[in-house]
Amino acid sequence: MLLIFMLCSVALIARAVNLQVMETDFLQGQGKARFLREVTIASTRGVITDRNGEPLAVSTPVDSVWVHPGQLLEYPEKIKPLADLLNANAEEIERKLTQRAAKEFVWLRRRLNPALADQIRALNIPGVYLQKEYRRFYPAGEVTSHVIGFTNIDDIGQEGLELAYDSWLAGIPGSKRVIKDRKGQTVEEVELIRESDPGNDLHLTIDKRLQYLAYRELKSTVLQHGARSGSVVVLDVDTGEVLAMVNQPSYNPNDPGHDTDGMRNRAVTDVVEPGSVMKPIAIAAVLENGVAVPETPVETSPGYTVISGHTIRDHNNYGLLDVTGVLTKSSNVGVTKLALQLEPEQMWDTYSRFGFGEATGTGFPGESAGVLRNHRRWRRLEQATISYGYGISATPLQVAQAYAAIANGGKLRQPAFIQGSNNPPISAIDPEVANAVAKMLETVTTTKGTGSRARVTNYRIAGKTGTSHKASASGYAAARYVSSFAGFGPASNPRLVCVVVINDPTGDEYYGGLVAAPLFSEVMTGAMRILNIPPDDYPTMLVNTGNSSSAEGQ
Amino acid sequence: MKSQIVILILVLIAVISSALGVVYTRHQSRLLAVELGALEVLQDEGLAEWSRLQIEQGWLADASQIEKTARGVLQMQQPEETHILVVRP
Repeated sequence: MLLIFMLCSVALIARAVNLQVMETDFLQGQGKARFLREVTIASTRGVITDRNGEPLAVSTPVDSVWVHPGQLLEYPEKIKPLADLLNANAEEIERKLTQRAAKEFVWLRRRLNPALADQIRALNIPGVYLQKEYRRFYPAGEVTSHVIGFTNIDDIGQEGLELAYDSWLAGIPGSKRVIKDRKGQTVEEVELIRESDPGNDLHLTIDKRLQYLAYRELKSTVLQHGARSGSVVVLDVDTGEVLAMVNQPSYNPNDPGHDTDGMRNRAVTDVVEPGSVMKPIAIAAVLENGVAVPETPVETSPGYTVISGHTIRDHNNYGLLDVTGVLTKSSNVGVTKLALQLEPEQMWDTYSRFGFGEATGTGFPGESAGVLRNHRRWRRLEQATISYGYGISATPLQVAQAYAAIANGGKLRQPAFIQGSNNPPISAIDPEVANAVAKMLETVTTTKGTGSRARVTNYRIAGKTGTSHKASASGYAAARYVSSFAGFGPASNPRLVCVVVINDPTGDEYYGGLVAAPLFSEVMTGAMRILNIPPDDYPTMLVNTGNSSSAEGQ
Repeated sequence: MKSQIVILILVLIAVISSALGVVYTRHQSRLLAVELGALEVLQDEGLAEWSRLQIEQGWLADASQIEKTARGVLQMQQPEETHILVVRP
């Protein structure tokens, strides 16, 4: 009897030791698994705002609906009301679920609007669950889409600054271990496994008002002239900040689709042969190397010149001009004669200091560097064509950067999209040369010049027109053009640079002075008003002060 | 001997009351955790509401909306050049 009692005791003790010592980890783990839960701490993607704090991209929680096929298929009659709410075909859903019956998780519809999500929640169908997800909204839509880009369904940046600054914007979700009670309520937080790290906000240099203005005017110009595409870039002269950058065609970032043609930020990714808007750079090289001064006479008669068996023509025979007149009239012959007095290396050096042939370094995805071939490979004809903007290619942003340097006393600044970017000024050219070129460019918008339609009432504007034949596989296309205008104002104290490029206008008008210059004028007029830039040219209005009715006769 | 029993009883009372104290504070902490959870949900909802309001404001204050209202509903016009006076400071 005693023996049996002792054996039982030994057996009990042995089992106790086994449970307490040998299997303790396993058992405690199993126990904890019944009340400890790991929950994720959500984190949102940062907001993108314009320079005045206006939101341009905001993430907001939405509900996505997923189903457990096995559970739902037990109640096939409940599929119909669900399908009705989702505006879907009930039989199709059932077929889809039957195919995936072995799985435990199937997305039914992602990113519902909140009202619909509430209705589905109210149906209370077994096996149908709602999952909180974040969806990104772009209130300004197609107006800012090229600069900002968009995110995919998993909230990862796909284009534009959403892609370039993805890791800065993206939040890292955290997780914590908690004890939950029978009702699913958290009764105790045991430990924090990983702190959630919300995404950082991004403050752009873009001004939403200018952006909208530029977009509206560009769109109407592209429509009016039946152009294939177009871009407008507006930079702040003092800081190099991009105030507006718009392109046509555009797309809606809230529903991007797959039209990749409209998605390219042409102002940064697409190069054009700029044509005559490059002439001021060639003239800067000429002045810098002491070949000529603005008053030096240049004979452009008889309106053409032959270089290496190739004829370079002007639109008219402008006769005897001075260096300023070469820019005013946009004489190819004049600029060729001046540029050929330079060594190729001197000219190449000036061009590259203005940032041509090198990406601006903004870090924008897909940014193009343009093409400026090394001067050792230049032949005489090539040097001539580069002086008036053929045989060299650049993005509209590069052209804007170079003009900002002319406007800013020769100091080049890397264009910036983000506030607080570090872009110290680099001396591209002597301030005196820059100011001389700026002064010459003012003559282009007078009645004598090619850019008179770029004028802005009450402001002095400096700039240059450009019209270039589009290069195609079989040489330069006869009737396809790139029409452009680059300029800045107010000329007495330049604040804004604006570059307009209209690609392939199909109407009767294709000259930069007729297509791009009026658009430049519209954008600058609005920008001066929006930014409250004081006028520097208002002689007629001082006469009228206090008596607006007599103004009609002016 | 007698004093030893007294000490023993005192210690026993102390142990029991501290045990009850633990139970009580544990309960309180759970209540507070539940309350914290509810407040966190509230905060999430508040943030969600804020992001929705930001989007709504972005849409309502969109330049194209403003322009449409200004020109269409309010019949506003851009003043002609001759009606603008510049005051030199």
